[in-house]
Amino acid sequence: MAAISLDRARIHAIRTPEGVSLPFVVAPAGDRAVAFFLDLLAIVGGTIVVWLLALLSSTIGLGAVGFSFALVTGFLLWNFYFVWYEIHRGGVTPGKRRTGLRVIARDGGPLTAEAVFARNLMRNLEFYLPVLALLAPEAMLPEAPGWGKLLAFAWMLVFALMPLFNADRLRCGDLVAGTLVVKAPKAVLLDDLAARRSPPAAPAPPPQEEFAFTREQLDIYGIHELQVLEDLLHRHDDGTLDGRILDDVAEKIKTKIDWPRDRWNVPVRPFLDAFYRAQRGSLEKRMLFGQRRERKRG
Amino acid sequence: MSDFILKSAQFRKEREQAWRELEGLLARVEKDGLRALSAEELNRLPVLYRSAASSLAVATAISLDKNLLDYLTALVGRAYICVYGAKRRVGEAVSRFFLIDFPWVVRRYLAFVAVSLVLVSAGVFTGYQQTTSDPERYYSFVGGMAQGRTPDASTKELREFLYHRGEGDLPVFASFLFTHNSKVGMLCFALGFVAGVPVVYLLFATGLMLGAMVALYASRGLGAEFWAWVLPHGVTEIGALCLCGAAGMVLGISLVFPGRHTRLHNLALHGRDVALLAFGAVAMFLVAGAIEGFFRQLVQDVTVRWLVASFSLAFWIWYFAAVGREAGRRHGRDLAR
Repeated sequence: MAAISLDRARIHAIRTPEGVSLPFVVAPAGDRAVAFFLDLLAIVGGTIVVWLLALLSSTIGLGAVGFSFALVTGFLLWNFYFVWYEIHRGGVTPGKRRTGLRVIARDGGPLTAEAVFARNLMRNLEFYLPVLALLAPEAMLPEAPGWGKLLAFAWMLVFALMPLFNADRLRCGDLVAGTLVVKAPKAVLLDDLAARRSPPAAPAPPPQEEFAFTREQLDIYGIHELQVLEDLLHRHDDGTLDGRILDDVAEKIKTKIDWPRDRWNVPVRPFLDAFYRAQRGSLEKRMLFGQRRERKRG
Repeated sequence: MSDFILKSAQFRKEREQAWRELEGLLARVEKDGLRALSAEELNRLPVLYRSAASSLAVATAISLDKNLLDYLTALVGRAYICVYGAKRRVGEAVSRFFLIDFPWVVRRYLAFVAVSLVLVSAGVFTGYQQTTSDPERYYSFVGGMAQGRTPDASTKELREFLYHRGEGDLPVFASFLFTHNSKVGMLCFALGFVAGVPVVYLLFATGLMLGAMVALYASRGLGAEFWAWVLPHGVTEIGALCLCGAAGMVLGISLVFPGRHTRLHNLALHGRDVALLAFGAVAMFLVAGAIEGFFRQLVQDVTVRWLVASFSLAFWIWYFAAVGREAGRRHGRDLAR
């Protein structure tokens, strides 16, 4: 159901200027790498196209114009691809869109153009320099001895792999610009189970008293169990849940709350709906009085 | 059955319409950007955002409907990104940058720019001294950039280099210069992250190279002509290099001496501002590349070269000293900040 799984993922709460605390899910390193790889692919592809055009133009005698065009366009692609997209689209590049990521400002303010520029300038240090060192080691520090080159490379690797060393997956650019990459939030609003009316095709709802719960019966479970039940009921609505599981759950609840034996064989789904509604009402009332019960007793 | 409806369900029923409306707007903005909205919808967006944010605050207090809470959290998150994500269009950002932010940030970090300039000058001075006393040192200072301009070359050859007239490949030359210098400048900024030490070295080494060349040309009585050759673009180029150097130094210093803030916070605080320096420097490199690639190759007259050099110096001084002071104050870009 809810596309945001708040479990296990690292949450970074942003305080918006309105004073609301918003939990964002920090983008995992793998997603970041995929996004970067996709963008890199676009850049390399663009560069190849531009140089092919330049070659083509030289065959018709416009070599100088073509080559300078290719030089400058290639430069812009390599250095301003990320900047342009992240300013223009508000923190999303095509690769990030594919992987569902976004850049936001860590302090909750707007993502400014200078922050975008700062975070992308650091790619020189994080990516281009180590790659250069890898591909053409003799171009880096030409006079240094072998161990010196090795040392320099290890040192650069620290910057390249920076996101792996901190929980918020900040790379050097994020550190300098005060930004953070998060998963773009997504969630679908489903029907409120507590406000649900029985579908018209179903038999008329049983009389109220059949599903009357006493205070003691509603005093057993806590918020966690309520929300697990909510999840099950939503999945039952989707048809992704086996009905037999609901039967088991109903049995367990009935045993736990000491449901009267004479009404034991009520239809399962209406019983669970009614229990959910009553339980939520009870817990929400307690919450209004300042008592949050997170889990069941015992 | 109306008395059986929960408060939280009632709350949802009353607000749901507004959430759905916001959701619809967001879906369109995320797909096509802000221009997908009409003026009226654009006005609605922040209103709806704020009401959704308040809904979220209320819902966390009164509702236990997990799906609703997840939905609202995500909705407000998306709206927050839309409202605060991109503040300006690219064109607007660029014009604001040149009219306000760039001169402001140079004034703000003027001390660091001055230190960079001193470093380059010290490099020039040292390079000149050392090469004059021992011409062999020229090779270690200039290295691969010599392109035949070595102490072994005849005066005539050296002279020819100053008045070399490039032919059809001028645009290629100019764009090569621009991209090469910009890369060096941006690297300078990025290296600031490494506590700024490589930046100092880079600035000084550039100075050494220039000083060594000056010494070589001066030894053949071509000193003034060499300056006339180098300064028309050199003023802009060295200025840009100093800005990048200043940016790198600020980064390094804010990392090593964070002052009242945490290192992370202080770095972010200065990082954004000095990125402006680096961006401005790229623009200056573009200008310098054009002067070097076209003007220097096409204009041979020493007087004109001197004129252009002095004009560009006067221009940059005026630009950094005067532009954007008024407008900057209006936009909170005040030096007293």
